[in-house]
Amino acid sequence: MNYVPHTDRDRSEMLAEIGVANLAELFSDIPSDVRLGHELRLPAPMSEYDLARHMGALASKNRTTDDLVSFLGAGAYDHFVPSVVRHLVSRSEFYTAYTPYQAEISQGMLQAIFEYQTLMCELTAMDVSNASLYDGATAVAEAATMACRQTRRQQVVISAAVHPEYRTTLKTYARNLGIDVVEAGMKDGATDLEELGRLASSATACVILQNPNFLGSVESMEVAAEVAHRNGALFVACVDPISLGILAPPGEYGADIAVGEGQGLGSPMSFGGPYLGFLTCRQELIRNMPGRVAGETHDPQGRRGYILTLQAREQHIRRERATSNICSNEALSALAAAVYLSWLGKDGMREVADLCLQKAHYAFDRVAAIPGFRPVSETPFFKEFAVRMPVAPEQAGAALLESRILGGLPLGRYYPDLGDAMLIAVTEKRTKEEIDSLCRALEGLA
Amino acid sequence: MTMPLIFERSEAGRRAYSLPECDVPRKDATELLPGWALRKRAADLPEVSEVDLVRHYTKLSQRNHGVDVGFYPLGSCTMKYNPKVNEDAAALPGFSALHPYQPEELAQGALELMYELGRYLCEIGGMDEATLQPAAGAHGELTGLMIIKAYHESRGDGAERTKVIVPDSAHGTNPASAAFCGYKVVEVKSDGRGGVDLDSLRAAMSDEVAALMLTNPNTLGLFDENIVEIAKIVHDAGGLLYYDGANMNAIMGIARPGDMGFDVLHFNLHKTFSTPHGGGGPGSGPVAVKKALAPFLPVPVVEKTDGKFVLDYARPQSIGKVKAFYGNFNVMVKAYAYIRALGAKGLRQASENAVLNANYLMRKLAPYYHLPYDRHCKHEFVLSGEYQLASGVHTGDIAKMLLDYGFHAPTVYFPLIVKEAIMVEPTETESRDTLDAFVDAMIGIAQLAEKDPEALHTAPHKMVVGRLDDVTAARRPVLRWRPNKQTNAG
Repeated sequence: MNYVPHTDRDRSEMLAEIGVANLAELFSDIPSDVRLGHELRLPAPMSEYDLARHMGALASKNRTTDDLVSFLGAGAYDHFVPSVVRHLVSRSEFYTAYTPYQAEISQGMLQAIFEYQTLMCELTAMDVSNASLYDGATAVAEAATMACRQTRRQQVVISAAVHPEYRTTLKTYARNLGIDVVEAGMKDGATDLEELGRLASSATACVILQNPNFLGSVESMEVAAEVAHRNGALFVACVDPISLGILAPPGEYGADIAVGEGQGLGSPMSFGGPYLGFLTCRQELIRNMPGRVAGETHDPQGRRGYILTLQAREQHIRRERATSNICSNEALSALAAAVYLSWLGKDGMREVADLCLQKAHYAFDRVAAIPGFRPVSETPFFKEFAVRMPVAPEQAGAALLESRILGGLPLGRYYPDLGDAMLIAVTEKRTKEEIDSLCRALEGLA
Repeated sequence: MTMPLIFERSEAGRRAYSLPECDVPRKDATELLPGWALRKRAADLPEVSEVDLVRHYTKLSQRNHGVDVGFYPLGSCTMKYNPKVNEDAAALPGFSALHPYQPEELAQGALELMYELGRYLCEIGGMDEATLQPAAGAHGELTGLMIIKAYHESRGDGAERTKVIVPDSAHGTNPASAAFCGYKVVEVKSDGRGGVDLDSLRAAMSDEVAALMLTNPNTLGLFDENIVEIAKIVHDAGGLLYYDGANMNAIMGIARPGDMGFDVLHFNLHKTFSTPHGGGGPGSGPVAVKKALAPFLPVPVVEKTDGKFVLDYARPQSIGKVKAFYGNFNVMVKAYAYIRALGAKGLRQASENAVLNANYLMRKLAPYYHLPYDRHCKHEFVLSGEYQLASGVHTGDIAKMLLDYGFHAPTVYFPLIVKEAIMVEPTETESRDTLDAFVDAMIGIAQLAEKDPEALHTAPHKMVVGRLDDVTAARRPVLRWRPNKQTNAG
């Protein structure tokens, strides 16, 4: 199979039109010493039926969150994805399109992006949104470089309670740009605000906190914003969009830039990607914003339309002076988020957040009551919490699998002093019965 | 008629959602969280019924052009057909319902797929080891340059090598990625045949140069015959060669960047390997390197030990991570399926037919449009709208007119070294009938440019909107909807 429609006759007639005798002549400009002398060493081609069987066999070697009951979160969440999302993002007019460079023939995607931008502004209570970034980790890194450009400062202060992979990604980006990354430690499961106050200075471009943080705790975002602003720095809030049905949005506590991972808004977990990096900010910062953005305009008849705009920031115009090198983003995940948020609406947004809150707190109360189990902190939390246990969390995870339960994340790898702790996530999908069975299985370990 | 926004369809009290019951004892949020942590004003999300929602986005989809709708000859973007079986494979719960942190032994199928895909890509590129972590081509460029920087630093001359050379024909992401990696960008000129000007390159080379970024075939669609000499010039001065894989669709199974002397390359799975581009993403930009650079790849790397697939984080010289988790896995599934369906022969045929289609179109159009580089092209070619400019018609006008014929326009005004550039990439999956219809449209437009240039200035005429005002959009940015406030419409 090669999906080429030509017959041999097509090919010979086309070669004649071109004026060459054979295909090889079209490649005569490739020097013989760099031409491949053999066929690529790849497995033999497959028919569609054989391929489908092979892919099915590979897929079946994985255990899925469909056949296990998952309490695993830590940045990728088992939220419900309604059927409308999958059906609408499967419209091939959307998914087989490129970036909407020719606006008039791409109004569908452009309007969907414009709607996505509006929805994200509403959710985060910020002024403007871009069209998406790769994921939560790169969104944090992009926000940090954006703050450095805006303030002309080269230091970033980030809480150690921000997702470990986001911090690693930020450091990878920052190192090459000569940006100094300083970490403020944790106290009782949340950012140590005193230490944060000591570290931030007039050299700081931005202060970055995550809310809820990696351990699930709700942070004192308003206080942290105050610390940033007192030093003339920007405040970057990395937030879980689902939490914003209930928790204060970045715009209500003075964030300058809001970023985060939007996977929970209608994208499957897919072993880590593609996800959805989002970035919203205050109006004053738009010329330093990374990535694409759709704007409203009109045609000669006055009809409303949408177009990619503010492109003078971008790589294809500004080249080495662009605000970012990003070109392709995660448009289809942004479309999924737009459909998902419109499906929820005003009431559904609050309800899904409340369900997570209720079920996670029920689970917390039950788990904390098991002898030998002890919460890492008493700080308020949303849908995820860390708990210390009397057995190694990895071992507990293996035992839970016997009850078809996918346990939480063992935290020792990321925080050595939490080697006996597991991070447990509870979404709206979990039932009381499932939570009870988790607790029964954990009780068996105590 | 103006297409309403989803917000303009909202009616208080309507709903599409249904969520599970709260089957645990419910407490008020104020009992569980402190007041300061709670949201004060609810997000004003639209309230619509499910059927409204479905019709709204279905209507939007009908206002969009994709490969499944028609020809999409967007140069440098390789808009080939996206096989449906690959979509079905990626949607299998065994791939889509996997948590990235589930234990390795519960994800052996996924890890096997990643391991094998990495090996296939190395074979296709002539490289030794790969990472699948980068989310797109530009992300791959940035990752590759970070690897190059780490390599030079490990040899002790990282601080001196502060420059990256890019040709004047390069994609905009090349200089932007170099700058985002902290490098100073030096541009070299193209020669009269569209390749790198060797004298300019020699003059630019020094022990301050970390790397040369190149795509071959280049953005003119031309293979640089001097590639071996170019590689020698760069390597002799201690620099490395970076290959931008955007144009890989020309050479699969025919020539390999690794054999040409490139040290690092990125692939665009959403171009060469048929995964759909999603209206702007997700893409996937794996990076493959020669052995000497392998220690610097991002973590984790998928390894096979004792028949088991594992995520190897124990790489002390690694650059770290460029994104959370392991990359755009769902895209990898589709690219893997594509490679398995085609095999070595199918991939070579794909490239051969892509080059055949491009040369066929180029020869058919050359009598009507200026062809600045008259030699065999590879998978794409660049015309200039210079003839039409004489009657006051710009390339942008030609592009807009093509939309009325049901075709997406080629890439325009790029590469920057060609005046009024029109960059056409037909791909191998288009039939001769489609190509001929495109030729007829382009000839018709060339004739119209002479007879009635005004008709081109006002194109398109048959789309859901006429030519949109990009100046107003940028001058007075309206980037979100607000109730009762329309500034740029009408």
